[in-house]
Amino acid sequence: MSETLAEWETRPAKIAWAPKTFAITFSKSPVAGEGPVLASILVGVTLVFLLLFLVLPLAVVFYEAFANGFAVYWEALNAPDARSAIWLTLTVAAIAVPLNIVFGLAAAWAIAKFRFAGKSFLITLIDLPFSVSPVVAGLIYVLLFGAQGLFGPWLKAHDIEIIFAVPGIVLATIFVTFPFVARELIALMEDQGTGDEEVALSLGASGVATFFRVTLPNIKWALLYGVLLCNARAMGEFGAVSVVSGHIRGLTNTMPLHVEILYNEYNITAAFAVASLLALLALVTLVAKTLLETRFKDALPGKSRGH
Amino acid sequence: MQIRAVDIFKNFTGSSARPALDGVSLDVGSGELVALLGPSGSGKTTLLRIIAGLDFPDRGSVYFGDEDASKKTVQERRVGFVFQNYALFKHLTVAENIAFGLEVRDRQTRPPKAEIRRRALELLDLVQLTGLEKRRPAQLSGGQRQRVALARALAGEPRGLLLDEPFGALDAKVRRDLRSWLREIHLRTGHTTTFVTHDQDEALELADRVAVLNHGHIEQVGSPDEIYDHPATPFVHGFIGEASALTVDLRAGNLFIGNHQLPLPGRSGRTGRGRLFVRPQDIVIGEGDANGIEAEIVAVRRAGATRRAEIVIPADAGRVEIDAPAAVNFRPGERIPIRFLRGTFFLDGEGAASSLC
Repeated sequence: MSETLAEWETRPAKIAWAPKTFAITFSKSPVAGEGPVLASILVGVTLVFLLLFLVLPLAVVFYEAFANGFAVYWEALNAPDARSAIWLTLTVAAIAVPLNIVFGLAAAWAIAKFRFAGKSFLITLIDLPFSVSPVVAGLIYVLLFGAQGLFGPWLKAHDIEIIFAVPGIVLATIFVTFPFVARELIALMEDQGTGDEEVALSLGASGVATFFRVTLPNIKWALLYGVLLCNARAMGEFGAVSVVSGHIRGLTNTMPLHVEILYNEYNITAAFAVASLLALLALVTLVAKTLLETRFKDALPGKSRGH
Repeated sequence: MQIRAVDIFKNFTGSSARPALDGVSLDVGSGELVALLGPSGSGKTTLLRIIAGLDFPDRGSVYFGDEDASKKTVQERRVGFVFQNYALFKHLTVAENIAFGLEVRDRQTRPPKAEIRRRALELLDLVQLTGLEKRRPAQLSGGQRQRVALARALAGEPRGLLLDEPFGALDAKVRRDLRSWLREIHLRTGHTTTFVTHDQDEALELADRVAVLNHGHIEQVGSPDEIYDHPATPFVHGFIGEASALTVDLRAGNLFIGNHQLPLPGRSGRTGRGRLFVRPQDIVIGEGDANGIEAEIVAVRRAGATRRAEIVIPADAGRVEIDAPAAVNFRPGERIPIRFLRGTFFLDGEGAASSLC
């Protein structure tokens, strides 16, 4: 480890694969005036920490999943309950993510392009899901739509199931993932202002044409970035979904809930097999996110400054 | 197409604070090139945006020819608007940017593809960027971007051209080049054009007429000559060109600095205090001149080809600056007789001016 670090230190320009941030750290003179020694120590500490707390556990997930061979792994994923959990997770994400794209676009559009009273309050409200514990988010829906809840009797009378059913899971997922798309877009759209839209309008474009020909191309990478994060959270959410799902096997179990059930039943290999899918999702998200950041950093909020 | 703004009133804050525009009226004749000139916050950009339909006034009307356009949207008004920061669409090529206004038309009015392309290339020629149609805005210089923005605004055959600080973001040399270029384009296309600027040189050099705005109202509209030689208000005199303001007394139709009388013809017997504006080039040093005022030089600076002296006029009238050839050797502390060739006098509390000749 220390050898590698020393190499980075002396020949920063030649390490083509070194992540950009590292190259910057070493090529610039340190802010505080300390030499590269401090930088090496900081990078070292960070790396050790990341290895111990992130890379190692992730490796264990895959190791445990394949501990009894690929056949057992495949069997665990192919079990009816596992398949239904995977299917439910995909369904929930397929509903929640598009809805959050619409909500996020509308919220960001309103905040960035219009002046109105209560704007900062709306921004705070959008951030609410980040500050509220997911369990509370789940409980909110139980209190609203549960059997003893505010709308419970009415829903029961009309034979509508929300809590302990798919609609409840979708609602809880939307709640916890709401800020992802909106936040990415608000920052970028505020940066961009309304200039391009005004040009398009003055050139005779309708509102719809302006959105699809000007606004959307301007925000598409940030939108994709937000969707990516939103999707990862939608598929991985545990707390809020756990409260409203009811843990009915084969019906209302999402992948994270299914992992917990398997684990509690000491079905370790199966638990890790399903968990490995979630971990894979995280890795794919991470790679896609990194690609977006390096390739289109100018089109993402807060990453274009300093140019 | 004649463009008229009639009694425009606009208040952004909604409170009783000073409105952005306070009853502004402006006529832009067909084919005319008019500059809206004023300091920042004078309301010039707001007026331009209201004419374009990007903002709507609280009161007042906008006419295109005889048609009342006050209720029309920006799309319906069909004006070409050029923004200060160019606002080119980054994801489109130069040709696609120029063609945008034609591409977004509905099926009935949209020209065929080949025609749109022909028109875009034609406009590219007009703005002298032939061959750059495949470039992206990021690959152009600031001056080139502004040309593309103008070509884009012209593509839809607008009824008028509105430019908001068109050269504001460019460096001085490019600004000067683009100025004569814009004048040329205007001569060739003949569009009714209004542009906003805070640069008086730009306004005086380019425009057929200049409207000087201050605090949401128009101080004066006139040709560059009228604006420069016969400023209607103290503000215009102070804002346009260099001038010094002297405190003078009007006694029975004659101007006095202390006990020194200045010749001021054609003024009825009024009395009061006021300000006399004089430009540096209208002050001469009159050696042995009986009509001259004895004044003291307090500072001397070299200003390009000339030498500029700051001179204190007696009787607490104020200070003036005069230009003299570099060869003249002024010394601070020296007392010299000076004479005013021309000046404009404003009686306090009155807008109307009298000229001193």
